[in-house]
Amino acid sequence: MKPIEMEKVQELLNGFKNKQVYLHLETTNGAYANHNNKNAYTVGAYIRNTSVLFTQAKIIGMENVYRVGLKMEKGWIYAEGLTDWTIHEGSKLLLAGHDREGRLMVSLQISETPFDY
Amino acid sequence: MEKHVVVIYPHPDDESFGAAGTISKFRKEGVPVTYLCGTLGEMGRNMGSPIFANRETLPKLRKKELVEACKILDIDLRLLGYRDKTIEYEDKQEVARHIKGVLEEINPSLVITHYPNYAVHPDHNALGAATIEAVGMMDADTRPTVWAQAISHNFEKVLGEPDICIDMTDNFDEKMKAIVAHQSQASGIIKAFYGDTEESRDLKEAAIERLGKERFYIWDYPKND
Ligand SMILES: [Zn+2]
Repeated sequence: MKPIEMEKVQELLNGFKNKQVYLHLETTNGAYANHNNKNAYTVGAYIRNTSVLFTQAKIIGMENVYRVGLKMEKGWIYAEGLTDWTIHEGSKLLLAGHDREGRLMVSLQISETPFDY
Repeated sequence: MEKHVVVIYPHPDDESFGAAGTISKFRKEGVPVTYLCGTLGEMGRNMGSPIFANRETLPKLRKKELVEACKILDIDLRLLGYRDKTIEYEDKQEVARHIKGVLEEINPSLVITHYPNYAVHPDHNALGAATIEAVGMMDADTRPTVWAQAISHNFEKVLGEPDICIDMTDNFDEKMKAIVAHQSQASGIIKAFYGDTEESRDLKEAAIERLGKERFYIWDYPKND
């Protein structure tokens, strides 16, 4: 992945608007968070290959850390802390936020075709 | 001597971090070892350092690393095909039957897995529990022995001293050969091991302290059932 280029990502987000698309959204601080530091909490949420349609999509941020919000007819999807992006298999948009050690903390991925299992 | 040893853990790298020394001890005795790996670690957070993987490419890379590690350990590999971090949400009986089927095919004398509820990661606990269930479903006279590995900070206080201890403290380099195959996941320990700073020496010492001894409880079926 490479550091997010805001205009390019915005353009790609626009391309997914008003289409039924597959979405992967995840946050994690690792299954060992509380094991490694008893004052930390192990928290995370994960949804994959859910089918959504959004009518509005925006990337906002500064200093290499970004947020993406997607407006649906009856709700919202957003992710924050995004730092990197890439295109996977030609058309799947992958966005992720990594910590200083390169560990994934958050990811938002959109595709017109399903992600692997 | 064991006839065949089957190691059942959920993630590519559990076998190297958790049991590389035990595995190589058995291989040196000429005992065949098979690793039944539950998932491909699809949900791992470590993406390499510097980052070379992403959420979608990680499973393929980890599979390659796992194949390499198994080559180094000189063991057979079988994949169970579950998805990382979801094993505890599967039907436990169904997973147990799945494992039982594979064990009946391989017919091992010893099975190594995680100690349920004391293995920290939900996949470790769930696959350990399903494995113990699977062996429990087998004929008591002919079923394999089970060694269960605990990881939590409190396990010794609650469970007492483990029955088996394979000490790799003095030949940890041998264990590192298998760990190093897991490039995407092991960058921390690799840096600690081959770095030359005071900090890396401290980290190396801590790693050997933490991973040097591979300890297992012999599962006591009549008592624990
Ligand atoms: Zn594991």
